[in-house]
Amino acid sequence: MSARENVNIPSGNEEEADHRPLVLVHRLPRFVLPFDMRTTFRLLDPISSAADEPPQDFLSRHAPSIRALITVGPAPVNADLLDLLPSVRLVVGSSAGVDHIDLNECRRRGIAVTNAGSAFSEDVADYAVALLLDVFRRISAADRFVRSGSWPRKPEYPLGFKLGGKRVGIVGLGSIGSEVAKRLVAFGCRIAYNSRNKKPSAPYTYHANVCDLAVNSDVIVVCCALTKETHHIINKDVMTGLGKGGVIINVGRGALIDEKELVQYLTRGEIGGAGLDLFEKEPDVPKELFTLDNVVLSPHRAGLTTESFEAVREVITANLNAFFSNKPLLSPVQYE
Amino acid sequence: MSAIENVNIPSGNEEEADRRPLVLVHRLPRFALPFDMRTTFRLLDPIASAADEPHQDFLSRHAPSIRALITVGPTPVNADLLDLLPSLRLVVGSSAGVDHIDLNECRRRGIAVTNAGSAFSEDVADYAVALLLDVFRRISAADRFVRSGSWPRKPEYPLGFKLGGKRVGIVGLGSIGSEVAKRLVAFGCRIAYNSRNKKPSAPYTYHANVCDLAVNSDVIVVCCALTKETHHIINKDVMTALGKGGVIINVGRGALVDEKELVQYLTRGEIGGAGLDVFEKEPDVPKELFTLDNVVLSPHRAVLTPESFEAVREVMTANLNAFFSDKPLLSPVQYE
Repeated sequence: MSARENVNIPSGNEEEADHRPLVLVHRLPRFVLPFDMRTTFRLLDPISSAADEPPQDFLSRHAPSIRALITVGPAPVNADLLDLLPSVRLVVGSSAGVDHIDLNECRRRGIAVTNAGSAFSEDVADYAVALLLDVFRRISAADRFVRSGSWPRKPEYPLGFKLGGKRVGIVGLGSIGSEVAKRLVAFGCRIAYNSRNKKPSAPYTYHANVCDLAVNSDVIVVCCALTKETHHIINKDVMTGLGKGGVIINVGRGALIDEKELVQYLTRGEIGGAGLDLFEKEPDVPKELFTLDNVVLSPHRAGLTTESFEAVREVITANLNAFFSNKPLLSPVQYE
Repeated sequence: MSAIENVNIPSGNEEEADRRPLVLVHRLPRFALPFDMRTTFRLLDPIASAADEPHQDFLSRHAPSIRALITVGPTPVNADLLDLLPSLRLVVGSSAGVDHIDLNECRRRGIAVTNAGSAFSEDVADYAVALLLDVFRRISAADRFVRSGSWPRKPEYPLGFKLGGKRVGIVGLGSIGSEVAKRLVAFGCRIAYNSRNKKPSAPYTYHANVCDLAVNSDVIVVCCALTKETHHIINKDVMTALGKGGVIINVGRGALVDEKELVQYLTRGEIGGAGLDVFEKEPDVPKELFTLDNVVLSPHRAVLTPESFEAVREVMTANLNAFFSDKPLLSPVQYE
């Protein structure tokens, strides 16, 4: 992602007032807003502003005029930040997940929060299926095998498994989980799920807890939101329930899985394989996984395509426009 | 594939006649029959038999009793072989493709040929989609990126593209092509195809020639049989028509694609990427492809899963049993 200069666009006629609403861009240094919103909004970015001024002072100085902010990536929105911004009434997330935003604090202060809605859902679902296919049919391992010149000098290495007829357990049947299910049905998989609540319209078997789901599955696909309740929802009991041939695919959040345990299960061969787009302490990936052929590793990009960036830009713009014209928000996060 | 010992199983009671029909196993040394059929058939394997006897002599000696043979892998069945086996009336292929069998010679001699029917079709289709997802979303490249320790030290590298809405052109809408189409519909792709004949029951757009298909596609998936007519069916004209962003997936036969041209187009960036399970001179893979991140390479294993082995064993057994009891064959190849 290339850095964008966050400066005011001078209007053609200098006497014309700049009617663009003001929006704060809240980001960690290694993230940037991956699309241009300056035609519609006046963006304030503490990181790229004059380097002399400490971010806190910059924020305090502008605070009275800051009614809305965009978070880029997992930049935390917590009480300390909100204390500096008493005029904020809207936090616009740029991802589906909002675990980096203190929802309780926002609610307490009457601040609305929006997320990316379903802008990323199809791309994340495609990626989850891609990871699953890769683990099942050893695509990356085969590619490594060929590129290393091992074909045919080394014996044909392990085969993959057929996808059809396999039981897939989806953890979290929201927008992403539903798209995953739809795709895997076309491969002949049998779908079951666990969710906070049973979905009466979903034509799949519901399991009230993740362990039951795991016991009855060959594959677990983790698609749910990260909350206090779902932290380490995939723990050693679930992994044992899934069993030796089982495969785990994670496109949710790293902390949904007890990563230490997962590494143990994988290195000891007590689980069949894993496709992981996320990790507990990104960008750190447990090195023990680097030598495993039944694991596919990905640097947190399941949602990221050229097309999804455009889709999320539209969602963010729509939410901001609605806010500034006092209309209903497009994708507000419901408080628990 | 581990070698199965091809020796006669001594029956429990030595006086009991061995009623198992005799079948010749015709294979190149680097291939082995990947499952055991000895409970049903008495297998003759020149390669595994006493090493002293030249292959031709072994065959001539047994020829009068050889009415059926199994080909393993791409072992050619040609006039020279058939001359040595005048009693032969059935050739049982172990793959979907029969391009290694001289169908004209077989027909001329009144020899029936069977193939693997649709035993492999779902697994090949799964693999084709896996390759396509990998190229589109750069799964293997991302895995390499993480394993090399490049995350986060190097900048985030190119993103992939959304699959939904993309136009996929399937070359050969047979059993495999239909399964590919079914899967990609679930991802929101738009399917069109080229086949020898239009399929009235297929709900997809038909193009009478492959160039037209390519002009109207973002992806070409090659699933057809290799014949004289389809040799190099994917040539430079088709690649030019597909264009710079286009992706080619080949799970058919290496010679369906003009490999020299493909390598040129890929290295010059005149085509978007490729997922290749088959090559013109396996196991040789053009080294120029090893450094490309938009190519996924696979050592001809699209069919290979334990489940497909079981399925093809069933098909071969059924065809042989039918033959030896004068019943209709299960999956005879129709002569052109």
